[in-house]
Amino acid sequence: MSLAEEPVTLKEPVSGRSLWQDALARLARNRAAMASLLILAVMALASILGPALWPHPYDRVYSEYVRVPASLEAYPHEDRIVPEMQRSLARARVDIGAVTVAGDTVRAEISDEEPIDPRMIRYVERSDLFSRVRLAETSADGRSAVLEAEVARLFFIAGTDGNGRDLFARILMAIRISLAIGLLATAVALVIGVTWGATAGYLGGRVDNVMMRIVDILYSLPFIFFVILLVVFFGRNLVLMFIAVGAVEWLDMARIVRGQTLSLKRREFVEAAEALGVSDAGIVRRHIIPNVTGPVAVYMTLLVPKVILLESFLSFLGLGVQEPLTSLGVLISEGAKNMQGASWLLIYPSIALALLLFALNFLGDGLRDALDPKDR
Amino acid sequence: MLAYALKRLLSAVPTLFLIVTISFFLMRVAPGGPFHLERPLEAKVMENLNRLYHLDEPLWRQYFLYLSNLLRGDLGPSFVYRDFTVADLFAAGLPVSIQLGASALALALLIGTFLGCIAALRQNSAADYLVVGIATFGITVPPFVVAPVLSLIFGVSLGWLPAGGWGDGALANKILPVLTLALPQIAIVARLIRGAMIEALRSDHVRTARAYGLPTRIVVAVHALRAAILPVVSYLGPAAAALLTGSIVVETIFGIPGIGRYFVQAALNRDYTLVMGTVVVVSLFVVLFNLVVDLLYAWLDPRVRFNA
Repeated sequence: MSLAEEPVTLKEPVSGRSLWQDALARLARNRAAMASLLILAVMALASILGPALWPHPYDRVYSEYVRVPASLEAYPHEDRIVPEMQRSLARARVDIGAVTVAGDTVRAEISDEEPIDPRMIRYVERSDLFSRVRLAETSADGRSAVLEAEVARLFFIAGTDGNGRDLFARILMAIRISLAIGLLATAVALVIGVTWGATAGYLGGRVDNVMMRIVDILYSLPFIFFVILLVVFFGRNLVLMFIAVGAVEWLDMARIVRGQTLSLKRREFVEAAEALGVSDAGIVRRHIIPNVTGPVAVYMTLLVPKVILLESFLSFLGLGVQEPLTSLGVLISEGAKNMQGASWLLIYPSIALALLLFALNFLGDGLRDALDPKDR
Repeated sequence: MLAYALKRLLSAVPTLFLIVTISFFLMRVAPGGPFHLERPLEAKVMENLNRLYHLDEPLWRQYFLYLSNLLRGDLGPSFVYRDFTVADLFAAGLPVSIQLGASALALALLIGTFLGCIAALRQNSAADYLVVGIATFGITVPPFVVAPVLSLIFGVSLGWLPAGGWGDGALANKILPVLTLALPQIAIVARLIRGAMIEALRSDHVRTARAYGLPTRIVVAVHALRAAILPVVSYLGPAAAALLTGSIVVETIFGIPGIGRYFVQAALNRDYTLVMGTVVVVSLFVVLFNLVVDLLYAWLDPRVRFNA
């Protein structure tokens, strides 16, 4: 073999890679996980910036456009412009002459027995179809005039809901709320679960028995009951939703952390810390918790979609966020009620939810594979 | 084994007792009551109703009253569904929920096992990716999306099946609810079987069976599946309890008279006895199925022994 003959040369010292660098490298090679990360980034960005940039506010009611189907073409349709102008003018109680449409401008000849009050244009302005309404060519006696208005071209790429609100803007807002609930409730579950599990596992013995027995009992309580009671008791409040859901979901976290802690506390560095006289709380904080980060991170990524699903489920039952705020569950439950005749109300929010959950699940699976030493 | 089962059942008694206690007091802490209607009742009527249902007594006496009734198997009258006892409501609803849940469970086991085996035998092939894709879809798309979409497609657009309703248990009315219930379970079972089967196919006893020249289908169906089904069994315990006690979403969307829908309705109406009854029934199912799982586990895996 040539190995023995080659002179041993000292290369640059190889810098070690930490567990996390290894894991990230593995994650970067996982195409499904990276695609999910991209989708998630796009959805998160769209939900944060989108409502501010999108032309329709999520709670703006377009009363002329109730339940219009999703379309890439601009509203209004051409055949609606003239009747709508006549309807608005009829409300203003003026006599209507010819109404003509030229490009984006509508001209209507109007006359009245009294001189025309220029304030009557409010009747036309009020409609969602017209903008920049003005009176042109008022006759000398003020009894006839030509009213000019621009046709407001509006796009509803996902249609509008039963109140005439733009569905796409509402979906953006719903993604924001769902993601926020997912992240915050997970954070609540994380704090309670890690503290509880680490304490139980580290102290062991009778304390451990009692603490884990409590977890077992809470586990066998029907969780929905808990959440419903919390929601009923404290009113439907967004912050409370986070806490309620987080307070239910910490049980698994506590179990995972306890299991890890039990194996960690026999290790030398913990014994060393004990020998040095570090307090129990200090050991848990400085040595136990940092070392359970891996499994906890994996569980967290899988908990976020679970919480989003749970929140949607509560919203579906009518226990979730309140109007005009919205979440994906609220939109889907609305859609389910309107699915005959307005199927876009069900389809688009469902796609958004499915996409979000898909991406989160794939990312969680990818992270688990990346951190799982069995796979190396 | 009998001694073990009995011991397990006895050890569940304190757990059940705690669950009942916690639920009872949590329910009572919440503001409002079963007779706080939008149009307030007359003071005299209210007083009589409260006396009739013992709501005027101190909480601890009501608690002991409930416990002693429960021990005699009496779940009490429903507060909101007048003229019905909680036991009546369950007698009418539970068979419906159990029928749907059991059918969904059986379907999920059959299809899930089949798909999981195929995926494991052809690991990293197109069939495998298809199964994993279906499984991910089944897990991520929630039943409250699946149910209306199914009912939209098969009930409204195609008109093949009724879009909802129970129809006195006609087969056509059961298909969509069972499908909706089974889909996520199929997905989970397929994933679990796939993972466990891949490991089982590499294990020594399967290699030995192959070396004896047994055909693949016997090796898979008899030798590998016995090991691969273990994680499914432990998953199915709580899942079966949840399925058999009815699903709120499916029962609401398809309008099915099971007991799943009582839970939310009863909690919102402060129908104290009905909520407590649901909690008791659900917990009983959980305890029972956990026991069944442990017994099944030991039967399937001779390495597990009861340490009674």
